[in-house]
Amino acid sequence: MYKILKKELLSPNVWLYDIEAPRIAKKTQPGQFLIIRTDEEGERIPLTIADFDRDKGYISIVFQEVGAGTQVLGQLNEGDSILDVVAPLGKKTHIEKDMGTVVCIGGGIGVAPVYPIARGMHQAGNKVISIMGAKNKDILILEKEMRAVSDEVMVTTDDGSYGIKGFVTNALQQIIDRGEKIDEVIAIGPVVMMRSVVEATRPYKIKTVVSLNPIMVDGTGMCGGCRVQIGEEIKFACVDGPEFDGHMVDFKGLMSRQRMYKDKEKTESDHVCNLTKVKEAL
Amino acid sequence: MALVMKKYTMPEQDPAIRAHNFEEVALGYDEETAIAEASRCLNCQKPRCVQGCPVQIDIPGFIAKMKTGDFSDAIEVIKGSNSLPAVCGRVCPQENQCEKYCVMGIKGEPVGIGRLERFAADYDLNEQQKGAPVQCASDAKKVAIVGSGPAGLSAAGELAKKGYKVTIFEALHKAGGVLSYGIPEFRLPKEKIVQVEIDDLKKLGVEIRLNTVIGKLYTVDELMQEEDFGAVFVATGAGLPSFMHIPGENLNGVYSANEFLTRCNLMKAYKFPQYHTPLKVGGTVAVIGGGNVAMDAARTSLRLGADHVYIVYRRSEKELPARLEEVHHAKDEGIDFRLLNNPVEIIGSDDGNVKSLHCIKMELGEPDSSGRRRPVPVAGSEFDLPVETVIVAIGQGPNPLVQSTTPDMLTNKRGNIIADEETGATTKEGVFAGGDIVTGAATVILAMGAGKKAAQAIDKYLKDKG
Repeated sequence: MYKILKKELLSPNVWLYDIEAPRIAKKTQPGQFLIIRTDEEGERIPLTIADFDRDKGYISIVFQEVGAGTQVLGQLNEGDSILDVVAPLGKKTHIEKDMGTVVCIGGGIGVAPVYPIARGMHQAGNKVISIMGAKNKDILILEKEMRAVSDEVMVTTDDGSYGIKGFVTNALQQIIDRGEKIDEVIAIGPVVMMRSVVEATRPYKIKTVVSLNPIMVDGTGMCGGCRVQIGEEIKFACVDGPEFDGHMVDFKGLMSRQRMYKDKEKTESDHVCNLTKVKEAL
Repeated sequence: MALVMKKYTMPEQDPAIRAHNFEEVALGYDEETAIAEASRCLNCQKPRCVQGCPVQIDIPGFIAKMKTGDFSDAIEVIKGSNSLPAVCGRVCPQENQCEKYCVMGIKGEPVGIGRLERFAADYDLNEQQKGAPVQCASDAKKVAIVGSGPAGLSAAGELAKKGYKVTIFEALHKAGGVLSYGIPEFRLPKEKIVQVEIDDLKKLGVEIRLNTVIGKLYTVDELMQEEDFGAVFVATGAGLPSFMHIPGENLNGVYSANEFLTRCNLMKAYKFPQYHTPLKVGGTVAVIGGGNVAMDAARTSLRLGADHVYIVYRRSEKELPARLEEVHHAKDEGIDFRLLNNPVEIIGSDDGNVKSLHCIKMELGEPDSSGRRRPVPVAGSEFDLPVETVIVAIGQGPNPLVQSTTPDMLTNKRGNIIADEETGATTKEGVFAGGDIVTGAATVILAMGAGKKAAQAIDKYLKDKG
């Protein structure tokens, strides 16, 4: 059992949990993920590790309530426990000294997993330019944290309510246009956003790393449910990734596979919704 | 008294009914039939059956007890050699092991050794003999076991009985390995059998740490240096699914058998939406492969409501690697065997779902290196099999997580750990390995045999070290 030490609402339906897990905190590296199962009937949900504190022995997750699994998770409170936490999983982000200028792009709650990467890049002495994208000002998360680990931060909102009006790719283009030499771009967020970033950097041959989020079950390489086409090869995102060279990723295939259980998710969500009502009635 | 040449029949669920439920198919003997079947044993002076058992159970010994109805004594004899008898009695391919060597089998049918083992084990489980947990000595040496499948569980049982403090590290949230995620409920009940036998091990003082991925949370070196384990037994199995590398394998509706069975058995997707993990099975299903995993996936599909299920296998019936009994069960339930057929492409619709399986017919040519006749494509015989789900069950390889983080433990070119056949010793001092991670995918009982041998070698290693 893994105790929730802190629960914080970052934006509507988006939660940050600090979870007590000293050993996991000790071993986690930026870019890695975990799998949680809230209770006996729950499914295994992959979430990127948004932060870790080795001294205090906790890890953080940031998640949005989108389906049944995350709805159940969102109902837990400080002091409650999560049944299963498996981590750290996947390969760590490639971070070293003298990589040069790194642009870290987070879209929506993708800012959360980008945060430890930006921090790692910054601590290693690289120049970090961060781009944070959100639909509007109210749902922007972790701005203060990102500013603390970046040399420069650009914020974009779809509706122009804060920062640059438009998408993260608009900000990226500004950086390219001003003649900044970019050595690497890391983008994490919705698949359509990552695909746009990859298409934006492709003509300039800028190395672009994306973190993929296919459907997973075990997260340890034993089922291949998370397989993605990378160039000519089939890779398992849970063990070979989750980060891949964005210019090699078959995004169309990824998006198609993500839709596999859409109808089942609805059934499941209704089921959880009904259960919640029963609980409240009691 | 005249010899009874045939095995007493074991009752089974009616195929028409069982094809739609997840209850156990084979129902087991009652006391009277168990005693009658035991009485068929001739109690040979030199019992050949024992040499066919990978863990060398004293078969005539336990059967002698059963003849007189002393079932509790019978199970004590079995447990001297085998820590998971209710499992092994159900899933061992006895026709290739103990029963293959039974003298009764020369002129008639061999004694139903597996069924008798199963009966004794079930009798014992029902008796609920709850002993107090064993406390091992405070200065007991620590042994780490990586993986809680049959090899790991068997080694743990042996080592605990020898007085070691044993900790099993398991990556998933449930112990049992293939017994929990792979073999379906209708062949091996999870709560009633697997969990009870694992709990029995805990009573011997074995600690099981779930959700712990070795290679990620701890390396083998960290276990030995930081966590003070005197020896490590690596039993991580063959869990990496193979795909065919044909076009269309990433379409929606294509599963590895591992994913399909894990969703169903471990995550209980057959109880969706009470359990939250979904599993999609289209009207017509094709399972590629001819082993036990393929049979399990096909029969599971049927129970999840598939209209029609094919087994697509590139060789002929004679070469099917699955247990004979399981092939019979599958046929009785209505699985459609398409033998000497090989898939060449999976065709999808515009929305990314499987539409059909494009196959080519095969014929058998000369024997290959495995001694089986090599299947050769028949030119111009390609055809389309309309299906909505494809389950790939063509084998599993070794998961590289532990090996890749333990550089001084060498592997062969297939990625299996190199280990001494008799002792399980690897090229790294203090580290032993056994089961599918060494041999490639094999059987539950062979893995258990390897676990037992390794436990004896670990005992000797730690005693020699002082």
